[in-house]
Amino acid sequence: MRHYIAVFALLAAVYCEEVFNGDQVLRIHAESKKHIQILKELERDVDFGLDFWTNVVSTELPVDIRVPHARLYAIKNFLKENNIPFTVMINNVKELLDREREEMVHNAEMERKTKSFNFAAYHDLDTIYNFMDTLVANHSNLISKVNIGSTYENRHMYVLKFSTGGEKKPAIWIDAGVHAREWISHATAVWLADRIATDFKENRTPVPSILSQMDIYLMIVANPDGYVFTHRSLSEFYRFWRKSRSATSNPKCHGVDLNRNWDAEFGGPGASDDPCAEDYRGPSAQSEIEVKNIANFITDHGNFKSFMTLHSYKQLLMYPYGYVGTDAPDRTELHDVATQASKALNSWHGTVYKVGSIFHTIEQASGASVDWAYLRGIKYSFAFELRDTGEYGFLLPADQIVSTARETWFALRYIMQYVCDHPY
Amino acid sequence: MQSVIRTHLESVSSHSCYATELSFINSSTRRRSPPEWIMKTFCSVWLLLSLVELRPALPVSQETPLACRGPADPALQQPETPEEMDTTGDLEPTHYPARRAATVALHYLNTRHGSPYRVFGLQQVHKASAEDVAAGGRKYSLDFSVTTSPSGSAGPALRCSAEVLFPRTERHTPPDVQLNCEALQQLNSTAEDEAFYQKYITPDSAVSAQYLPDSYGNMSEDMQPFWRLARVAASFIMLRESSENTEFNMAQVASITQQESSEKQLMLDYVVLLHDLPSQEIIQWKLLASWSPDSGVRVLQMEWQPRCPHATKPPN
Repeated sequence: MRHYIAVFALLAAVYCEEVFNGDQVLRIHAESKKHIQILKELERDVDFGLDFWTNVVSTELPVDIRVPHARLYAIKNFLKENNIPFTVMINNVKELLDREREEMVHNAEMERKTKSFNFAAYHDLDTIYNFMDTLVANHSNLISKVNIGSTYENRHMYVLKFSTGGEKKPAIWIDAGVHAREWISHATAVWLADRIATDFKENRTPVPSILSQMDIYLMIVANPDGYVFTHRSLSEFYRFWRKSRSATSNPKCHGVDLNRNWDAEFGGPGASDDPCAEDYRGPSAQSEIEVKNIANFITDHGNFKSFMTLHSYKQLLMYPYGYVGTDAPDRTELHDVATQASKALNSWHGTVYKVGSIFHTIEQASGASVDWAYLRGIKYSFAFELRDTGEYGFLLPADQIVSTARETWFALRYIMQYVCDHPY
Repeated sequence: MQSVIRTHLESVSSHSCYATELSFINSSTRRRSPPEWIMKTFCSVWLLLSLVELRPALPVSQETPLACRGPADPALQQPETPEEMDTTGDLEPTHYPARRAATVALHYLNTRHGSPYRVFGLQQVHKASAEDVAAGGRKYSLDFSVTTSPSGSAGPALRCSAEVLFPRTERHTPPDVQLNCEALQQLNSTAEDEAFYQKYITPDSAVSAQYLPDSYGNMSEDMQPFWRLARVAASFIMLRESSENTEFNMAQVASITQQESSEKQLMLDYVVLLHDLPSQEIIQWKLLASWSPDSGVRVLQMEWQPRCPHATKPPN
């Protein structure tokens, strides 16, 4: 309905703009009962052509009148003669209408873009980057786009910052797309970005209260080069690409596993030294520019309280450590949080996630981002492996995107609320 | 302020502009700039053309050649068994050693009872334990539930118990599985299996397809039974290649080509891609499978394939 009014008003505006050319809007400040009386008489005189935008009530409230161009001189004289103070609020109604119209067209387009964005589909990098811009434009009071550096192939690395202001509030980090072929992670993150924005705008608990105390940083594509590569062709060599796209010591093999390249027990078991391997750790910790950019950003910020990374598949919610089997000092608490989060997740669609440390649940892994974050003091660090358990694996049908994203949101929301309630 | 203007606008327009609204609509659509739309189309066509031209023009040596790696010998992959593996006795059901052993049991179950309309998946492990055995292997005892696909979690879950023996030998030896599932004997071939068989056993049937599912997870309904058959056939390979250090799933059917039926069996040439969770490797296998409702799935030939786009034959 609002849409139709907007369109109607738009059409009317274009047509009618000439009618208002030169008109002004005056704000009258009546100061006495006599003034009020005079103004009321003016109001009653329909033939005079004045357009009262607000009614004459009392000396407390100003009166706004649109005065046709032809009547301007007469009215201003009349008001001056009667010592009724006024100011020119709008110098030329037509100009204001023009600007209004432009803004309306722009807003309608932006709204159409996000409302018509198909969350139930996998999109390429350009489309996702456009979506980010649209989201920022539509929620400019909340979201900004931060450029944290370039990739190996010189693409921008963007993080969406959700913030209600303040200087380096305690923050939550969520990334997706570290591994290029895990498309459900990017798709989930896109949906999440929109969901957080909408929940804030529509004042839906607990998002506004979380954002009043914390900032959320959401990186939808942590490995843009890899993601672009997976779209190059349907052939499995491209679609199943996992790593970055950097040159290695072996000219026949490219790429480093961006989740084995962090400075967390780098070099230990649980990663490969072979550049041709899928879990190749790279020549040195943070050798990959993508990892370096994220690590530097988080370190420079200095006030992150939670670090979460989205992957697929296997339906697991895990906490540190990956590099060793001994319990992390906060293991009990992290296990409880993860368990509750997985229950929240399960409540949406019945999807069952298993909970445990990376080492025990999936495999030993060294140089993992979650370990790095935890060892840096970011206590609430979790890794998600999203749907499914192996039936479709990396090729999860698009019609599962929205329900996967929603159940993941239930878990994330729980964790974020918990982090917010447990400052340290 | 803006809303004041808007509502005001509406009131004015209802007086003076409504009558001429229709003629205005026509003029406004004409006023929208066509050039932008034309430019966009032009650029898209140009891009498409330049892409098509570019690919064959690139000399093979400039395209990223792949290393043609030999089949990963699972026994060699991880010479040290991580700490977790050495635990004897009760195992945590949610941890990977139990899950890997259960996955092997699932491969076995599928080879014996899988069909175009029945593929088994692991729902969860209830209990697990492991012990070292005399000959130097490791035996896992498992209590777990499985789901059947299609119908997945919506359908009933079957309760199973299994013993999975991983021999620890120099060269890889396939694991040995003893399996028992409730109500397994009552599982007959379904009506859908029969209908599928009748449809494609006809002499002129020559189904072929690529990428099941495609990059976006799409697959036509017609192809789903062929995809499930591939998963069953792949189970033979996954079972044979499994060790305590692997956890296989079928990632995709790269291609399927129906061969001439032989001895009342559907004959299908597949290239399948397997995904191993611990190493994250994608491994390609070519196989020839036969199936009929009575005989079940059999794999007649299987051949590891190097993932080199430019090699026509494996290196050896």
